[in-house]
Amino acid sequence: MAKDFEVQVLDDVTIRFAGDSGDGMQLTGSQFSNTAALFGNDLSTLPDYPAEIRAPAGTLYGVSGFQLHFSSLEISTPGDSPDVLVAMNPAALKVNLKDLKPGATIVVNENAFDPKNLKLAHYDSNPLEDNSLAGFNVIMVPLSKQTSAALEGLQLSMKDVERTKNFFALGLMYWLFDRPLEPTLTWIEKKFGKKQIYLEANQKALTAGYYYGENTEIFTTRYHVKPAKLEKGSYRSISGNEAVALGFVSASVKAGIPLFLGSYPITPASEILQELSNFKNFGVKTFQAEDEIAGIASAIGASFAGNLAVTTTSGPGLALKSEAIGLAVMTELPLVIVDVQRGGPSTGLPTKTEQSDLLQAMYGRNGESPVPVIAASTPSDCFDMAFEACRIAVKYMTPVFLLSEGYLANGSEPWKIPDVDSLPEIPVNYWKDKETYNIYARDENLSRPWAIPGTAGLEHRIGGLEKAHIYGTVSYVPENHEFMVRMRDAKVKKIQDDIPDLVVMGDEDADLLVAGWGGTYGSVTEAIANLRKKGHKIAQVHFKYINPFPKNTKEILSKYKQILMPERNLGQLSKLLKAEFLVEVIEFNKIQGSPFKSSEIENKIISLFGGENVN
Amino acid sequence: MSTNNVMENVKLTAKDFATNQDVRWCPGCGDYSILAQVQRVSPELGIPKEKFVWVSGIGCSSRFPYYMNTYGFHSIHGRAPAIATGVKLANPDLSVWVAAGDGDLLSIGGNHFIHACRRNIDMKVILFNNRIYGLTKGQYSPTSEKGKKTKSSPYGSIDFPFLPVNMAVASGATFVARSMDRDPKHLQAMMLRAAAHHGLAFIEVYQNCNIFNDGAYEPLTDKETKADNVVVLEHGKPLIYGKNNDKGIRMDGMNPIVVDLSKGEYSVNDLWIHDEFDENPGRSFVLAHFSDLKDFPTPVGVFRQIQKSTYDGDLFAQLDEVTKLKGKGDLAKLFRSGNTWEVA
Repeated sequence: MAKDFEVQVLDDVTIRFAGDSGDGMQLTGSQFSNTAALFGNDLSTLPDYPAEIRAPAGTLYGVSGFQLHFSSLEISTPGDSPDVLVAMNPAALKVNLKDLKPGATIVVNENAFDPKNLKLAHYDSNPLEDNSLAGFNVIMVPLSKQTSAALEGLQLSMKDVERTKNFFALGLMYWLFDRPLEPTLTWIEKKFGKKQIYLEANQKALTAGYYYGENTEIFTTRYHVKPAKLEKGSYRSISGNEAVALGFVSASVKAGIPLFLGSYPITPASEILQELSNFKNFGVKTFQAEDEIAGIASAIGASFAGNLAVTTTSGPGLALKSEAIGLAVMTELPLVIVDVQRGGPSTGLPTKTEQSDLLQAMYGRNGESPVPVIAASTPSDCFDMAFEACRIAVKYMTPVFLLSEGYLANGSEPWKIPDVDSLPEIPVNYWKDKETYNIYARDENLSRPWAIPGTAGLEHRIGGLEKAHIYGTVSYVPENHEFMVRMRDAKVKKIQDDIPDLVVMGDEDADLLVAGWGGTYGSVTEAIANLRKKGHKIAQVHFKYINPFPKNTKEILSKYKQILMPERNLGQLSKLLKAEFLVEVIEFNKIQGSPFKSSEIENKIISLFGGENVN
Repeated sequence: MSTNNVMENVKLTAKDFATNQDVRWCPGCGDYSILAQVQRVSPELGIPKEKFVWVSGIGCSSRFPYYMNTYGFHSIHGRAPAIATGVKLANPDLSVWVAAGDGDLLSIGGNHFIHACRRNIDMKVILFNNRIYGLTKGQYSPTSEKGKKTKSSPYGSIDFPFLPVNMAVASGATFVARSMDRDPKHLQAMMLRAAAHHGLAFIEVYQNCNIFNDGAYEPLTDKETKADNVVVLEHGKPLIYGKNNDKGIRMDGMNPIVVDLSKGEYSVNDLWIHDEFDENPGRSFVLAHFSDLKDFPTPVGVFRQIQKSTYDGDLFAQLDEVTKLKGKGDLAKLFRSGNTWEVA
């Protein structure tokens, strides 16, 4: 029967799964992503869920979504607007409708459109009946009924049956997009291996969904997205938080010293702690502390004693760690601080993405307290930057900030698995020589020696009080204080010699330079690619190193007539660039807890060129 | 897993543990005595100097590490137990000591203190309890008595104080003792006991601040009044005290009663026999509360010592166990865990 369906080949598709926060949408989305990745598509995902774990069913604020963009071409964003929405109930439809592409396909669970759910979603009339969805391709599927029918005969409660309907929906999408069931069937088997009845129920629901597509004529066309032509190599799908964890383990192996993580659970950073707690056979020690402060304090203690020390958090936790970061600055101990940014201030938007902690990382401490700051640009880049943060911390005996954000942390994309031998060594030389030892003597990098407890003859005291140059004893001498303040600053600035220059992408000779940092990389890159295809000349740079800036920053910024900086804050990096380089920067700010759509950036650029919106 | 490396042939003296730094406490401060006792006891422990790490927070007593010629970390207010935890977990071979004042350990650092006790990290925590904020010049502390007039409580403090021994016992500390700066021998004995304990050892030291809270413990340290106000706890011995050893404590259910042994009504055989190793913490709480009760002596000595596994021991045991189970970590394998695919 399948042969009767037309198969249309598409370059790329964006799907959003949406339902109650208990409907398993995150699971459904990530299963589809894994299957697409295994098939060889390029992909990028955007989980979007409420802070409440199980908000009341059917409500607008309880809607959880997972968007994924898969393609036969190289892509860099999770897609601006979904081509397909799978809505498990009226609330999911209502919340997501405004984001869809004109003419998008909407697959709804028609069984969920009952008076109670319609009321919860604040619908006065049933949108499936009142023609308000005209212009969309609405596919009504009795998802709940079909799922129960498929599970007939299994000794399951109504509630359990209802809980498997996400697999039915997933099966249907696999059919629609011509994807195999096997990866998910295998996953279910692994996950529910010991609970035979759930294993069977979920597998049946998935299969039933697939054949529902095959055996009914609700869709007239199937779609096929060919594998992408990625660079040759082995790939796996990776999220930003997983990548950070792997980056740290790798740095620990390459430095030849144990990794110590002191951390306190916080959204959206907790997965790094969870991931690392699996890696005990790498000697990784994860200490789930009593609070954020103890998280960093234990890491500082571990660093003093010679471990590769790391602490992970998000904005509110970072605020609590401020004083201890100052201590790490003063004691000049290596430490990596990961801030997976979320919407702020205060508790803010815990599950939504933002990049508004930059100034906190730069300046959020008492005194002159310079700390290197680097930022990851994509989920897989989180691996490289976590590794890099460790390298800088150890080489320069300093705390280092690694900024990530919710969107990178939870989003995933294919990661080209690096060859272990190609990762550089991170030399660690604990000081051993008694004769030449001085606590605050400095090497060519202006770093002080790392002499760890247990080393005979090097007993010494460090702490938060100002230290005498070279000897490291407590010193209140005014000139020494100024000297040491300048020394700590000079040490961080010196890192400039050891980081890559900014690279101009796109049209180097353009008038307009679009500068981004951190998680705006994908949207900016896609926007510029689209506009260049249309003949516009645009240059692009992306900041991964913010303190210090790359050496050629001034030279590049001064070459362009206009500099546009899209940021998901009120212009934090713009402020730094203006202050440091006295350049004009056109700010483009969005603070809505979500990434830029590339079309938003395209429109902004077009308006700078004096044109009309493209989308 | 590991205890401190004991070296048979280390022959250090108290002088080896002194630094060349001028000690900057006020003349007459009780901290001098604590430092002297620690320096006297340290060579006895058979631990090489380089394996000691002293960690402190902020406050007068937190200058302690600067005066110990070992590894030392003068950190930030209240965080010493957390930093010390990191030191111990990084290298369990080290002998880790915390020096902290009452404001540092029980107020701003209270959370770290109770959690270090709960986890039973193998480290020693010495509380310098002078019941006042000294370095900030004389405000009431979390151990100041209610009603105390200080610079920040001119009409008397309306805070109830903590009983540090109770906090430690309630939080799961496995060794809990109390001593006094003015009783060097007893203090040394407690230090030795704490050092020998495997797990979190807590010593509350009553310490006189002769500038802002002078005489806070005088009834307990003055030759004339000491015997009537202090009961020395010794394992297996009755709770007996007084100038003529004529007073004792007996238990009536869970209620302690002071009895007079001179009248013939009660004898030594009626008294509470102290059991340091009692698994049940109940009596430790009763003992700690003596200082709240009218006409009761203040106990000094070891309140409680029990054996439990330590966090650091369990941590390294788990690392070993998982390594045995999974094999030593292999990065290339780890990168490829989960689903991978090839692009040719």
